[in-house]
Amino acid sequence: MSSQPIVPAVPAQPAAAEDVIHDIGFRHYDGVRFGRGWIVRSLLVDTLRGIFGLGRPARAKVMPWILVGILLAPPLVVALVAVLTGATSLPITYTEYLSRLWLPIALFVAGSAPYAVSRDLRYGVLPLYMSRPMVRTDYVWARYGGLAIAMFLITAGPQTLLLIGALLAKMPVGDQLTGWLGGLLASAVLAVLLSAIGLVIAAFTPRRGLGVAAIITTLLVVQGISEALSRVARLQGATTWAVLAGAIDPSRLVDGLAAKILDVTPASQFAPTTGGEVAVFVLVYVVLVAGAGALLLRRYRKAGRL
Amino acid sequence: MEPARMVGAPGGSAATLPDVSAPATTPGPAIVTSRVTKTFGHVTALSNLTVEMPAGVVGLVGANGAGKSTLIKILLGLLPPTSGEATILGMDATTQGLAIRQLVGYMPESDCLPPDVSATELVVHLARMSGLPGAAARERAADTLRHVGLYEERYRPIGGYSTGMKQRVKLAQALVHDPRLVLLDEPTNGLDPAGRDEMLDLIRRIGNDFGISVLVTSHLLGELERIADHIVVIEGGVLQRSTSTADATALSGVMVVEVTDRGPEVLARLRAAGAAVDAADDGSNLFTLTQPDEAVLDAVASVAAELGVGLVRMQRRRHHLTEMFREGAA
Repeated sequence: MSSQPIVPAVPAQPAAAEDVIHDIGFRHYDGVRFGRGWIVRSLLVDTLRGIFGLGRPARAKVMPWILVGILLAPPLVVALVAVLTGATSLPITYTEYLSRLWLPIALFVAGSAPYAVSRDLRYGVLPLYMSRPMVRTDYVWARYGGLAIAMFLITAGPQTLLLIGALLAKMPVGDQLTGWLGGLLASAVLAVLLSAIGLVIAAFTPRRGLGVAAIITTLLVVQGISEALSRVARLQGATTWAVLAGAIDPSRLVDGLAAKILDVTPASQFAPTTGGEVAVFVLVYVVLVAGAGALLLRRYRKAGRL
Repeated sequence: MEPARMVGAPGGSAATLPDVSAPATTPGPAIVTSRVTKTFGHVTALSNLTVEMPAGVVGLVGANGAGKSTLIKILLGLLPPTSGEATILGMDATTQGLAIRQLVGYMPESDCLPPDVSATELVVHLARMSGLPGAAARERAADTLRHVGLYEERYRPIGGYSTGMKQRVKLAQALVHDPRLVLLDEPTNGLDPAGRDEMLDLIRRIGNDFGISVLVTSHLLGELERIADHIVVIEGGVLQRSTSTADATALSGVMVVEVTDRGPEVLARLRAAGAAVDAADDGSNLFTLTQPDEAVLDAVASVAAELGVGLVRMQRRRHHLTEMFREGAA
């Protein structure tokens, strides 16, 4: 339509239909309709974008990006120092990073999980999704997937920055790449667990503010209890219990698993060493993720009814 | 997207109305249920419901708890019936839920709108959740919101909307993917009389002008008989009646007469002329004639002329569905 050539002649012709707005009534749609897979992917991408405030008002962008900044700052400093001083190894390992920056990571999941699920639950939006070509679990998977990918990105990014610093400082490439890949694996394992826990808490506290508070409180309180138990156990000489108490804290759980499986230095002084301890850590991890998943689906079995 | 749309309106000319093409409804019945029963524990929500609903506007009437919403959930394929079968647009509700939900729109009765997004954002998002690509979703959301009567306000957060505007947003999201049938659950709930009329007009336009079949529920028969081609009444999960509105509201043998003045005198003279007149005898200027013949009609005219009063109307009265059901229940 816009390809019409410029014709200066006949200016006063009413036949220029394109200049007039006509109400042509309700138009039917005969274009493409994508199926369930595309819809789930769309919802996942929407969730991911929304967590970082994309496509939302400016104030929704503040918190996530401040936290991303906080998470990126230490690797940036480490990288600069390594390059400038010509250090031969990083002062912090890729997996250690996750434990050292636990607070901003926990704050990020506390801010994001309620965004992903609370609003739809609180305002009864689910019927609008359930009456579309998807099923209840599609919705849960899409929300969960979006959150888990976001959690992975905010830790994998800084780890990659560490790698860049290490390579610029001419540290051994092979070692650094191995360490970095291990770090990414630990990030993924952490993202899967933390997103599941965050989403469950958020799904049971439909008020967004409460959800944020509940998640951060849970994570910090559990960490405090876990640490205290470990110290008490060590004082009593029960070293195995000191290690096992770490399994209830997601941060130490993943740190312990990563240290043992990837054979890197653990961040915690109570990391598992024996095969039995590692088995318990693996078991706790599986139970936590599966349990959170089951609780979520149960929650939505109720909420997903129209 | 552009080329596909242009097919509907060749040359971009306004002369072509896309909705002139036959309504997007199947010629057969839009909804068929066969011995559908749904029980929740000891509670029976639907009992042996067998009914056919044609394309067009169908009103589903019943008190709260009559089973209307349960039927809608079954039709959307979200709730399996305990026994029996339901088909909607020729698709089986128990096995083809996804396909059904691609071509059916649903407006819930409950509040379901998040307050912090605008109507445009929400409807675009939900259009994509129905499988429409981004560009088409935006275009159709704008179109649909205009059709339901939301203009500049559609860019503001929904939290600040009136009940009437919220109902329109709920309606828009049910229409945005151009369904062949929409299920509207109590769309007039909570609206004031003017808002109710506007909503009913809109529903009639969806059925008549947009060519989309409608199943609309209400607990008020009176409002549905105004817009529906077919009425289904259920009570306690049991079918009471399924009837075409045209049949039900056929002309009755009663004529309503209204004069401007001197009602009692007109009445007296008509009775003297041998007409069967019904009136409240309270001095009103309105009365009804039962089975009037030519002579009686002439008498009305001449009496009015003799007394010098104006005739406001002489109108054959239609049956109201409400009366019919009242008789049926008695």
